[in-house]
Amino acid sequence: MKSRGYFRKMLVIMNKELTVYFTTPIAYIVFAAFLLTTGFYFFVLSPFFFFGQAELREFFDALPVIFSITVPAVTMRLISEERHTGSLEILMTLPVTSLDVAMGKFLAATVFVSLMLVPTLMYVVTVSIVGSLDPGPVAGGYVGAVLLGATFSSIGVFASSISKNQIIAFMIGVGICITLTMIDYFLFFLPAGIVKAFQYFGLGYHFKNISKGIIDTRDIIYFLSIIAVAVLGTVKIIEERR
Amino acid sequence: MISVRELTRHYGDLVAVNNLTFTIRKGEITGLLGPNGAGKTTTLRMLTCYLTPTSGIVSIGDFRVDEDPIAVREIIGYLPESVPIYGDMVVYDYLKYVADIRGVTDPGRIREIAELCGISEIMHKNVEELSKGYRQRVGLAHAMIHDPEILILDEPTSGLDPNQIVEIRNLIREIGKTKTIILSTHILSEVEATCDRVIIINEGRIVKDSTVDAITSSHGSEIVIHATIGGADFPSIEAAIRKLNGVTHVSQTGGEGDLVTVEVQTNAASDLRPMIFHTAAENGWVLYEMARDAMTLERIFRDLTIGGGA
Repeated sequence: MKSRGYFRKMLVIMNKELTVYFTTPIAYIVFAAFLLTTGFYFFVLSPFFFFGQAELREFFDALPVIFSITVPAVTMRLISEERHTGSLEILMTLPVTSLDVAMGKFLAATVFVSLMLVPTLMYVVTVSIVGSLDPGPVAGGYVGAVLLGATFSSIGVFASSISKNQIIAFMIGVGICITLTMIDYFLFFLPAGIVKAFQYFGLGYHFKNISKGIIDTRDIIYFLSIIAVAVLGTVKIIEERR
Repeated sequence: MISVRELTRHYGDLVAVNNLTFTIRKGEITGLLGPNGAGKTTTLRMLTCYLTPTSGIVSIGDFRVDEDPIAVREIIGYLPESVPIYGDMVVYDYLKYVADIRGVTDPGRIREIAELCGISEIMHKNVEELSKGYRQRVGLAHAMIHDPEILILDEPTSGLDPNQIVEIRNLIREIGKTKTIILSTHILSEVEATCDRVIIINEGRIVKDSTVDAITSSHGSEIVIHATIGGADFPSIEAAIRKLNGVTHVSQTGGEGDLVTVEVQTNAASDLRPMIFHTAAENGWVLYEMARDAMTLERIFRDLTIGGGA
C-alpha cells in the first residue's frame, strides 16, 4: 500500500509548491516583472541594435542584479508563510525530515526560476536571425543563469526560514544576494594582496567565467557550495525553532 | 502503546509541562483535560515530534520520539488545534498531497476517507472558503488518511456549533472502536461523552489519571446537599449539622437577608436529608429549600484545578 523512495517526499513537496505558484497570482507578477526588466536590458541597453553585434552580453551581465531582487521575491513565502499561518506544524508532523522540506522548497524555487528563463530564449532567436551568434557564450550563459538561479533560490529559502514576516524574508534574501553580487565591484578598494581571495567569494566573477562559455569545475563548485551551505542552514533553522 | 516518562518542557523560564508520566493502552480513548494554558497542546506537540522535550522520554508504539521521529510520525495522525491547513489549495488536492507524502497509493482511499468524514460534497472547494466545521472535518481526514493506529486530536470540537460537536464526537467514538485516540479538551462533558479514560492536568502537572467511570463513581459516593435555611446564622447551623453522622464538610455558599444557603458534603450511605430536616425542626429553623446532587466531573475538575470548592 505504501511506496518507498528516498527522494519521493521532497519531490512531493516540490510539486505542491510549484502547483501553488501557478494557481496564485505571484508567479505571473514576478514573471512579468522579470521579462520587463530583462527586455529593457536586451532591447534598450544592448549594443545589438546600435552596432549589430550578435551577442547577449548585456543581458547576462545584468542577470545577477535582476535575480538578486526577483528570486527572493519568488522564495520569500516558501517557509515564512508556513510559520505565519501555523501550517509548519502540520508539515513537520508529517513523516518528512527537515532536509526533505528544505530541499523540496529549494527545488521548487529553482524549477520556477529556470522556467522564468525560458521566455528569454526569444532573445536568442531574435539575435541569431539577424546576425551570426556564437553558441558557446550563449550556452554557457544559460548554464550559468540556471546555477545562479539555483544559488539565489537556496539563499532565498534560507532567508524565508528566518522570519515569519515575508517582507523581512525578502529583504534578508535581497541583502545576501546583492552582497555576493557586489563583492566584485568593491575589489577596487582592496589592497592587491587580498584581492584574489575576495574575488573568489564574489559571485559575479564565477558567473562571468561561465557565461563566457568556459565551464570550469572551480566555478561550479563555488555555486554548489553556496547551495549546500544555504540548504543546511535552512535545515538547522527549521530544527532550532522548535 | 504510548508511554510517557518524566516529560518536561520549558519555554525560557516558564515550565509548560512538568514531569508528566502516563501510559496509554491500545484501543483507549483518552481525554487530556485541563484549563487553558495547562500544557495540553505542548504535551501533544511533544508526542507528535513537533516540539523537542526539555527532558523525559516518550515512546509511541515501538519507537521513541527522540530516536526515530519519522517512524513515530508515520504511525500517528495528528490534528493541530487551529487546523492550520493550507488555505490556497483545493480540498482534494490537499488530501492528495498528504496521501502522497505519506505514501498512500490506493486511489480509492481519498474518496473513502472523504465519505467517512462527510466532506465528499466539498472536495472541490478551496480550503479558505470552508466553514469551521468543514475545516475541522478536512483536518480529521488529513489525520486519518493513512489509517493510523494512533490519532492525536488537539481540541477537536473547539469553535463548532452544538450539532457539529455531536457529529464530531460520534465520529471520534466510531473511529475509537478500532484506534487509540488521545484528545485534549477543556470541556468536561466532552470527556464524559467520548472518553474511556481521563488525565487531568493543571499548570503542567497531572492532578488525576483514571477511567472516567472510576472518577465519577469514586467521587460519586460523595453526595452534596444544598439547603437554604432561615432563622439562624451560619456558625450555629454549621455546628448543628456537623454533629450528624457522615458529614464531611459544611460550607456557606450563599444567603439573602435572613436566609443562609449551605452546602453539606457527605459520604454517608443513607440519605442525610431527613436528619437535616429534623435538626432544623428541633432548632426552630425554617427550611426553605433542600436538594441533593452527586459530585459531577465539573466539580471534581474545579476541586482539582483550583484546589477547593467554589
